[in-house]
Amino acid sequence: MRRIYMDHSATTPVHPRVAAVVNRFMLSDYGNASSVHHFGKVAREALEDARSQVADLIGADSPSELLFTSGGTESDNLAIKGVAYARRDQGRHIITSAIEHQAVLHACDALEAEGFEITKVGVDGQGRLDPEAVRDAIRGDTILISIMLANNEVGTLQPIEEIAAIAKEYDVLVHTDAVQAVGQISVDVEALGVDLMSLSGHKMYGPKGVGALYVRRKTPLQPLQNGGHHERRLRPGTENVAGIAGMGEACLLAKEELAIRNQYLLRLRDRLIDGIMSEIPKVYLNGHPDHRLPNNVNVSIVGIEGESILLSLDMKGIAASSGSACTSGSLEASHCLLAMGLTHEVAHGSVRFTLGRDNRQEDVDEVIRELPAIVERLRAMSPLS
Amino acid sequence: MYTEAVMEHFTNPKNVGEIENPDGEGQVGNPTCGDIMKMYIKVEDDQVVDAKFKTFGCGAAIATSSVATEMVKGKTIEEARNITNRQVAEALGGLPGNKMHCSNLAADALHKAIDNYEERKKAREEGTA
Repeated sequence: MRRIYMDHSATTPVHPRVAAVVNRFMLSDYGNASSVHHFGKVAREALEDARSQVADLIGADSPSELLFTSGGTESDNLAIKGVAYARRDQGRHIITSAIEHQAVLHACDALEAEGFEITKVGVDGQGRLDPEAVRDAIRGDTILISIMLANNEVGTLQPIEEIAAIAKEYDVLVHTDAVQAVGQISVDVEALGVDLMSLSGHKMYGPKGVGALYVRRKTPLQPLQNGGHHERRLRPGTENVAGIAGMGEACLLAKEELAIRNQYLLRLRDRLIDGIMSEIPKVYLNGHPDHRLPNNVNVSIVGIEGESILLSLDMKGIAASSGSACTSGSLEASHCLLAMGLTHEVAHGSVRFTLGRDNRQEDVDEVIRELPAIVERLRAMSPLS
Repeated sequence: MYTEAVMEHFTNPKNVGEIENPDGEGQVGNPTCGDIMKMYIKVEDDQVVDAKFKTFGCGAAIATSSVATEMVKGKTIEEARNITNRQVAEALGGLPGNKMHCSNLAADALHKAIDNYEERKKAREEGTA
């Protein structure tokens, strides 16, 4: 069966160019970047080249503002807890949003249990925050604002630039989880004005198990683990050189093809949205129609449940995802869709297609061909329709 | 994550639909957890002669509904009452752990349909008395 992968926000295939780099640093140039011999020097160079490649993609002033981590979750934890611990004598209040990734929400929950206070700012029906609501949430003891750049479920882009400008007025630091945005849209830390930003390798055709945290110079940060001198002691542990070099290559690739990738995906995305909306009755687009990632299609199909849609699609060779409770491992529907004001039934009926650079127009057309019959079959079984 | 039996019942569910003028009907579940099951039964001489379902839910919810309607057909009311959610799950070769509670409600729906059948029967008897 020909398989169509449309779950690129979950993970992407590793690009062959990236795989070649990873392969090289596993099989040939496998040295420890801390060693003084030739092997070590080659690894060190690869590490620093990758740091420059990441810095270059996100417009960082200096590569030294980047720390490599094990991925988005670690970057989020290090940013939020690291700043909270470093600034705890200045305040204990942190602002985030109701639709953050669990890495951010649960890091905040952990801090709350330790005595920090967390305010979760809500979003509108299209999943967008109002910067003025963030301003209203700022208190005298606010030390950090953590708001994602692009939402992982509905693809809504947040007004980070405006939020960062407000934060600056009050001397509050800003972290953004840009895991879904980097490699999809142009991201520039100077233009955004953020102090910290999380990135992940495997969301942009890089390997899993590697990520980065941008930390603007002079941003206070306390490490979460203790060990050697690696990554300026802020993230000790022997560096994952192969993964990091791969992430560097993925950033280089993204830089090269970002404009084309963006245009290409936008065209596919809008074709898929239009196709689904015109072929299936009682379907709603979740998320913002314009302030949206170029690869995200998230729809709620009234009267049926997400997991059964995914199983049916999978039998046709189509891989997608859902905000239904059944697929999240929890008993609740997506916290993001609920925060946007969707009812439980409608949230359970959500399906997310996230496109990638390898998808073709035929793939989109096949989804538009297959989905209506799946919906019809499940609706015939449902007591809600 | 699902057994072949679950996938078979999900793909080709038995007894989907409604029974016109059922002798009993019952609904369980709630929208918060994402599963709603509606079960209809036809009863003759205290024996379940037909059962149908309509389900909003995941693969496990649909498969358990389907297999439960198969299990109950031909059973007496008393036997039908003894069908448990666990037996329904076992008939499918088991369910993933997280599905045992949220999506394994078919026996509950069936028991509600039986309750409803007995209420109607009682009401009829009182009406004729």
